[in-house]
Amino acid sequence: MGKVNHMDRSTLLELNKITKAFPGVLALDQVGLKVGYGEVHALMGENGAGKSTLMKVLTGIYKKDSGQIIFDGKEMNFNSSMEAQLSGISTIYQEINLIPYLSVAENIFLGREPKKVGRIDWDRINREAEAIIDGMGISLDVKKPLNSYSTAIQQMVAIARAISVRAKLVVMDEPTSSLDEKEVEVLFKQIRKLKSQNISVIFISHRLDEIFEICDRITILKDGKLVGDFNIADITKVELVSMMIGKDATDIMAQAHGTYEAKEEATILKAEEIRDTVKLRGVSLEIKKGEILGLAGLLGSGRTEFAKVVFGDNVHHEGTIDINGKPVKLKLPKDAIARGFAFCSEDRKVEGIFPNMSIRENMTIAILPKISRMGIVDKKKQKEIVDTYIKSLAIKTPSPEQKIRNLSGGNQQKVLLARWLCMEPDLVILDEPTRGIDVGAKAEIEELIQKMSKKNIGVLMISSELEELVRNCHRVVVMRDGKNVGELQGEALSEKNILTVIAQGGMSDSFTAAERSMNNEQ
Amino acid sequence: MNNEQTSAITKSNFSSSSNLKKYGTLYALIAIVVLNCIITPNFMAINTFWNLSIQVLPTILTAIGMTFVISSGGIDISVGSVMAISAVMSGMVITEMIPALGTSVPMAVIFALFIAAVLGFLNGTIITVFKIQPIIVTLILYIAGRGIAQLMNNGGTIVFSNNAFTKIGLMRIGGAVPIQLIVIVVFVFATYYIFKNTKFGYYVQAIGENGEASRFSGINTTKVLICVYVISSVLAGLAGVFEASRASCADPNSIGAIAEMDAIAAVAVGGTSINGGKAMVIGTILGALIIQLITITVNMNNIPFAYSRIFKAVIIIVAVYAQREKRKS
Repeated sequence: MGKVNHMDRSTLLELNKITKAFPGVLALDQVGLKVGYGEVHALMGENGAGKSTLMKVLTGIYKKDSGQIIFDGKEMNFNSSMEAQLSGISTIYQEINLIPYLSVAENIFLGREPKKVGRIDWDRINREAEAIIDGMGISLDVKKPLNSYSTAIQQMVAIARAISVRAKLVVMDEPTSSLDEKEVEVLFKQIRKLKSQNISVIFISHRLDEIFEICDRITILKDGKLVGDFNIADITKVELVSMMIGKDATDIMAQAHGTYEAKEEATILKAEEIRDTVKLRGVSLEIKKGEILGLAGLLGSGRTEFAKVVFGDNVHHEGTIDINGKPVKLKLPKDAIARGFAFCSEDRKVEGIFPNMSIRENMTIAILPKISRMGIVDKKKQKEIVDTYIKSLAIKTPSPEQKIRNLSGGNQQKVLLARWLCMEPDLVILDEPTRGIDVGAKAEIEELIQKMSKKNIGVLMISSELEELVRNCHRVVVMRDGKNVGELQGEALSEKNILTVIAQGGMSDSFTAAERSMNNEQ
Repeated sequence: MNNEQTSAITKSNFSSSSNLKKYGTLYALIAIVVLNCIITPNFMAINTFWNLSIQVLPTILTAIGMTFVISSGGIDISVGSVMAISAVMSGMVITEMIPALGTSVPMAVIFALFIAAVLGFLNGTIITVFKIQPIIVTLILYIAGRGIAQLMNNGGTIVFSNNAFTKIGLMRIGGAVPIQLIVIVVFVFATYYIFKNTKFGYYVQAIGENGEASRFSGINTTKVLICVYVISSVLAGLAGVFEASRASCADPNSIGAIAEMDAIAAVAVGGTSINGGKAMVIGTILGALIIQLITITVNMNNIPFAYSRIFKAVIIIVAVYAQREKRKS
């Protein structure tokens, strides 16, 4: 490392005013990032904040529109990730980007195998790989194929590769998302080792505890803009969460939200101790008829996974689900639908719409069994349903035969809501129902949610927009790291309190303190 | 030479306007018919039409099956082999090679279709339950199926002179209209009706359009897909029976040879997206007619048969190119 710039010994990487636009979106707007030698630097932000884009600009996968990258004292402009790697920047993605069928040793030396008289020097590869692996304090057989080891170990191999290419900076993009707690500890041990060798790490994760455990500094992005960078010691979890979500924790005003007036206190859904193999670590909650229950939490807290278990999409789960007081075993979504459940996915494109099919076909696909006799669809009834809902939900379209892909996001969402409302469901699960739709349509959909509640339909609403939850929900359950850690209703239901519960991971003493301070402010 | 003209005509038709694009397959068919009227001796005779419908039946039946499969987002390249197995099966029943079943025409047909249904069920089950790609699963049956057909009769052709059975394939309604034409009309209408008016038809297209969304809409995708492959196989089996009956023999080597390719070509020319989704039933039928007409054109003009494949390829390229934009929009 003879070339280290002694004038500025502390900074390894400096990104200045990086701007990157995609058609229609300004993904990065003059974003900066500074990483010191031997520093573990967290890069935080919700979805769409620009973390991945920034890392892709850094590693040469995207070309920046403007800005400056200074790495190890020199201005750099990488044209490919290979170039970045050769200069000392290695990237480890959540999905391992190594070759599963090759041996551990081959993966470590992939693309730069040592040669001996024109042939690959296997002895040397295996010997050197073993030395690196031993140096990391893990024991594994470097001749075995990579896919015979767990994801955690595969990540170790990716780190070993980074060490062997003499990386100065390792970018880790959500490395812990598929690891269990023990495996995370093993990873952290390696990160600390990298640190002790003066190698820097950019660490991207949605798990707050991890950030506070392993990182020295933190840079927060929101909507493609830099929010700020801080020493980890100078920032609290509440502050971090509020900056990520874009809400000032100290002056969030309580907003009006409806209170739940039960006509009949009947429980539609009771889920207890729901666990799955990866994300869910014990979720319990209950929804009553006509109740709007919000599910809050950061990305990766297991909200969507929980919703899918309840909707019968994940058979590999533990725990009990009671529907209308009876325990059920759901094997497929169709079992949940048969019991009066409906589910609007957060991912309209992948799990919702049939893009080339008409509004009519999209809207009635779930209700077909009810409007068919001997398998033949009653087209008159079908048309009635479609006309009714186009009118009542004010779906803007020249004709019910219009392909759904030609509609705006908001109108597509209304068609999907109509798909379920026409079934007269007991419980509607809405996962990010207002994502990617304009303000006007948002208001209409929120109005619709209130109408559902009045019709005694239970609503489970998942949203990353806290104000939306506070405005719409009777009660909010907060999830964190696959568990429900708190519940807020009535007076206590405010953005600030949700933030506090998310940050602290529970309704602890400090939460009640936060509640008190909020009440004082009012 | 003449056929080069054909493709030139279709090409110029395709690129003129969007309306031409929409009806491209129809225009291509008309172009080939017109061309034949001019160049092919004795083409303009009612007999040509009867013969065409007799010859095109296997392609139409397998292409209809293929429309279900491709619409659902899959593919079935085993239909030719299934045709062979069903043909040999019917031959074996007719010639009392399976004494327990006796010689009975209905029995021959039922067993031929039954074995086809079983094969389709296997295809569908392996694809859905073990989640293996359709092309691999049906490739296995494509390879093994013809071998099985050959082994069923030790590689030999089963020749039979059972009048009642051969009559099926040679039957003419009112002394003129071949039974095949009736079968075509019935199946085309039934298929069109299924896709337009039944739950099953909607489901098949929905699964092809977006499998995940289908599951979340409460569709039992496994059940629907198994049905789709059973339909494809049974129609192939029926095509095999007709072929055996018309030829009075079941040759495991030649029956259904490259039938799967003709079927896929007909569907592709007809405008159903290979990625799945909307089923273009009428398009498929026009596509099958085009494919068959090319063969007839080549035969009747004494052009070496090998050329027919090249002309088919040209038609497929032109048709798929013409529909490319339509799908994007």
